[in-house]
Amino acid sequence: MYRIVRKKRLNPTVTMMDIEAPAVAKKAQAGQFIILRVNEEGERIPLTVAGFDREEGTVKIIFQVVGATTMLLDRKEEGEYITDFVGPLGVPTHTEGLKKVCVVGGGVGCAIALPVAQKLSAQGCEVHAIVGFREKDLVILKEEFEACSSKLTLMTDDGSCGRKGLVTEPLKEALEAGEDYDCIIAIGPLVMMKFVVATAKPFGTKIVVSMNPVMIDGTGMCGGCRLTVGGVTKFACVDGPDFDGYLVDFDEAISRSAQYREMETAAREKTCNLFKKEGAN
Amino acid sequence: MPTRDPKERARDFFEVTTGYTMEMALNEAARCLDCKNSPCVSGCPVGVHIPDFIRELKKGDAESAYRVISLSSSLPAVCGRVCPQESQCESKCVRGIKNEPVAIGRLERFVADYHNENCKEAPILPEKNGHKVAVVGSGPSGLTCAGDLARKGYEVTVFEALHEAGGVLIYGIPEFRLPKAIVKKEVETLKALGVKIEKNTVVGRTITVDELFEEGYEAIFLGSGAGLPRFMGIPGEQLKGVFSANEYLTRTNLMKAYKQDSATPMIRGGKVAVVGGGNVAMDAARTALRLGADEVYIVYRRSMDELPARKEEVEHAIEEGVKFYLLQNPVEILGYQNPDDRRDPKNGWVKGMKVIRMELGEPDEKGRRRPVEIPGSEYELEVDTVIMSIGTSPNPLLKQTTPGLETTRHGCIVVNEEDCATSKEGVYAGGDAVTGAATVILAMGAGKSAAKAMDEYILGKKN
Repeated sequence: MYRIVRKKRLNPTVTMMDIEAPAVAKKAQAGQFIILRVNEEGERIPLTVAGFDREEGTVKIIFQVVGATTMLLDRKEEGEYITDFVGPLGVPTHTEGLKKVCVVGGGVGCAIALPVAQKLSAQGCEVHAIVGFREKDLVILKEEFEACSSKLTLMTDDGSCGRKGLVTEPLKEALEAGEDYDCIIAIGPLVMMKFVVATAKPFGTKIVVSMNPVMIDGTGMCGGCRLTVGGVTKFACVDGPDFDGYLVDFDEAISRSAQYREMETAAREKTCNLFKKEGAN
Repeated sequence: MPTRDPKERARDFFEVTTGYTMEMALNEAARCLDCKNSPCVSGCPVGVHIPDFIRELKKGDAESAYRVISLSSSLPAVCGRVCPQESQCESKCVRGIKNEPVAIGRLERFVADYHNENCKEAPILPEKNGHKVAVVGSGPSGLTCAGDLARKGYEVTVFEALHEAGGVLIYGIPEFRLPKAIVKKEVETLKALGVKIEKNTVVGRTITVDELFEEGYEAIFLGSGAGLPRFMGIPGEQLKGVFSANEYLTRTNLMKAYKQDSATPMIRGGKVAVVGGGNVAMDAARTALRLGADEVYIVYRRSMDELPARKEEVEHAIEEGVKFYLLQNPVEILGYQNPDDRRDPKNGWVKGMKVIRMELGEPDEKGRRRPVEIPGSEYELEVDTVIMSIGTSPNPLLKQTTPGLETTRHGCIVVNEEDCATSKEGVYAGGDAVTGAATVILAMGAGKSAAKAMDEYILGKKN
């Protein structure tokens, strides 16, 4: 059992938790992920590591309430326990030798982009951050990004906070202005990453994306997380989750990500109704 | 052995075979000739003293028979169910020359089930010898190795990546062939012997092999299992509705999609094609039936004679209504795409499979006749789900994170066959991580040899 040491709601649908898992905290690095189960009957879900405190022995996770499992997790309070927490899994983000990087984060993907930006900043790399959200109420981690980047561009779809528009716009402007990034690291919804790649392509800047497909074991056994990268089948859990953005077949990944959507929607509604019933009693 | 009506059992997950009664077991045991040279024992990878346990059973003392088996096997209730006895112990049985061999596997199962149901006594704890060993993976090889070392007095810790112990016995082999309660019971028996099981620990990530040595483990057994599922590399394998057998079985078994109220999403119903002819393919096909498939096909590129699955599994599959499309091989998986509506929910889902007919040509290096495509024989098979069951390739994790651990060109861990020693001192390995996908009992045999070698290594080091 793994204790929830801290819980904080970052916005109406995004929650942060510090989970007591000393063995995972000892090894975790930016870009890696964990798999958790909330209870004995629950699903295994992968979540990318959003931070860690090796001394305290805790791992930070930030998740958006999208399905039945994240809904159950969100109902857990500080001091309560979750059944399983395993990791760190996957290959850490390569940051060696990078001198100037543009980190692009979208929505809850910013939670994953942050430790990468922090690690880069700590090793003396110049970090430009572009973060995008739908609207003002959904903005998370603004101060944290400010602290680890020399230039932060905040975008919202409706312009209710920061600049109005998509993350690809300031990225394009920066590249056109001749910013010579060693690498662009993009983490967010598949569609966002697809268009960040398309934006960068004419400039040929190296681009790394973090993929988060459906997984079960997370150790290379089930093959559910497979992607086509450069025409070859890769497993996000052992080969990734980071991949060369130019080589990822995003359309296929987008299609595959919808495999269980109908069932997930049904499960979410069922859980939601259950909670409503509990609330009524 | 009694089996349930195929029509009834093909739609639920309860066990297919119902096991012997005491009377049936005694009748079968009476057929054993108690041969002096016991040829059957030579056919058992873990060397169970077969005539000895049958002799006890003949006296009606099933508990004593259990004690004989457990001298050699840590998982008798499992072996009695999933071992290919027909090609092992039973193939050597003298009774089998003219008649049916003694049903050793069924007797073993009876004895183990009898013990599990009736014995309430705690096992006698071995005296501790003060040495610590680690076992990576809680599948058949790891559990066997752990059990043998615990009986010798070692303090054994098993590290398991998943949230439940048992490895392939839990995530792979289905409930109807090996009820999970039986696996849990066998694991509990090991725990009662003092074996510690650390779940949610991925060796290579959470902790490395070298760090285990630093923590004071004197020898380490690697039984991490088969690894990454293989795909054919044909167009359409990334369509929605295409699974590896590992994923399909893991969702159903470990993640309990076999229960209607499970939280695990699962594609049920429709027409299901399973590509491959091994035991895993049979398990996937029969699971699909039980999940409510309308039709299930095994698509295999060779003929019935070359099917690598156990005969009993093939027979059960046929009885239950699985159709065999032999001498056929998929060349492409076809997907649905509505040209007029990009948002059609059916877009990107499997709708069929292009299959080519095969014939058997010259024998290959292993002596099996090589399947050759018949040009122009392609046709389309209408299916909704495709399950790829064509084997696995080794997981690269331990290789990448364990300096000094030698692997083959394919990535399997290299060991000395005699004692399962790897190229790294104090590290032993066995099971599918060494051999590639094989059987439960072969993995157990390796776990046993390794336990013996680890014991000798540690004692030798001290002297």
